[in-house]
Amino acid sequence: MTPPDRLPGSKIPASRMNFGMSRPGGNSSGPGAPEDEDRESLPPDAKIDLAKERAETGIDDIFSGLDADLVGLAPVKNRIREIAALLLVDRARAQFGLSTSRPSLHMSFTGSPGTGKTTVAMRMADLLYRLGYLRRGHLVSATRDDLVGQYVGHTAPKTKEVLKRAMGGVLFIDEAYYLYREDNERDYGQETIEILLQVMENHREDLVVILAGYKDRMDSFFVSNPGMGSRIAHHIDFPDYTLDELDEIGQLMIRAEGYQFSPEAEKTFREYLDRRMKQPRFANARSVRNAIERARLRHASRLMETDTSVGKGELTTLLPEDFRVSRVFADAEPEGVPTT
Amino acid sequence: MHITQGTFSYLPALTDDEIRKQIQYALDNGWPCSVEFTDDPHPRNVYWEMWGLPMFDLPDAAGVLAEVNACRKAKPEHYIRLNAYDASYGKQTTVLQFIVQRPSEEPGFRLERQEWHDRTIRYTLHPYVADQPHGERYNGQK
Repeated sequence: MTPPDRLPGSKIPASRMNFGMSRPGGNSSGPGAPEDEDRESLPPDAKIDLAKERAETGIDDIFSGLDADLVGLAPVKNRIREIAALLLVDRARAQFGLSTSRPSLHMSFTGSPGTGKTTVAMRMADLLYRLGYLRRGHLVSATRDDLVGQYVGHTAPKTKEVLKRAMGGVLFIDEAYYLYREDNERDYGQETIEILLQVMENHREDLVVILAGYKDRMDSFFVSNPGMGSRIAHHIDFPDYTLDELDEIGQLMIRAEGYQFSPEAEKTFREYLDRRMKQPRFANARSVRNAIERARLRHASRLMETDTSVGKGELTTLLPEDFRVSRVFADAEPEGVPTT
Repeated sequence: MHITQGTFSYLPALTDDEIRKQIQYALDNGWPCSVEFTDDPHPRNVYWEMWGLPMFDLPDAAGVLAEVNACRKAKPEHYIRLNAYDASYGKQTTVLQFIVQRPSEEPGFRLERQEWHDRTIRYTLHPYVADQPHGERYNGQK
């Protein structure tokens, strides 16, 4: 058990001797305040090595991880760098005793399906933890189901429970626009939004809220809930991937799964992507993943049909025919049918 | 009369920051916390009213502290305590319990003597506030 740092009878501040404990509102020494007083601020002519500060936090690992694992997404990476720079500079300012108000880091991630919103949110939690902005750095994912109740009086405890669990970390609300239903004024989602707004404002130091969803629907969500839009400082738009980027994502994925393309299959794969992009219900990286999953299935059944023995090369190499069979290549395809 | 009970009964009142650190210690050990309140200070009154359910799966103390503050706001003149449970014994076992708020005035207890047979005297404690019904104790604060 952690022993208290002070024994009774020694030097107890006069304010501690009276009955009654510090009350909400009348509490002058919030968490962290005593430490700030104790810490000596640097003299005005001192110099701080920002590069060293940067190395200490280990954020360079995260940035190189971001660059290696996430293809494209230049605007997203830029914004993350800006936020990291601000937090680093704030740390340096604090060492000089300069006042730094805690920046609001609630975010909204908008973009088409499969553009990496969830992946980036997870990395964001880790990044903010390393920069000392969050105390724990865990990510709690929630959807409408986890937040909105089914009857009167059910919503508030449910929402608060999730918020309490997310404190010290990031609350990631996927498809946040489902919280608000325009057609139903009595929908309990409105109550969730009100509680969220209150916590986003009052517990800014305890958690970061990230809302994610498709661009057009998130835009109309913010139009109907202006309070939410204005409390979010960072609206980050995830752009669709280009053909080159999708190709690169595919390469990364099959390498991670322990496969490789034959030289012809590489061309076929690119052609597949080019055709798939123009078809309905294209979901960026998610479609690439699905295409590779299906190619693996065909690869496996192709191997089973051959009687010959197989070596490592056959087991790991995807051939053009693994993609050719796909309906994406059937030109005379009726419109609107989902491609497999 | 300053009533004490629980783990830190020998210490002066904890500050909010100290309370936060104790909660964090409990959570780091995997002990869920709960908040309870009462306006009956008798030492044999062990079952206090629950302020919500015990809070499970919290990694950070901020969530528990928010509930403590909510309870303080709703019950400014009640005793409030915080419990931490250890489930590893196979049953709900309180391993840490301390008072986080007390009324601004604590009138204390009256010693009652009861004549019994053979000139025996039986003693008991009676809290002065218990003379008033619930809701009118401690400056009439509900």
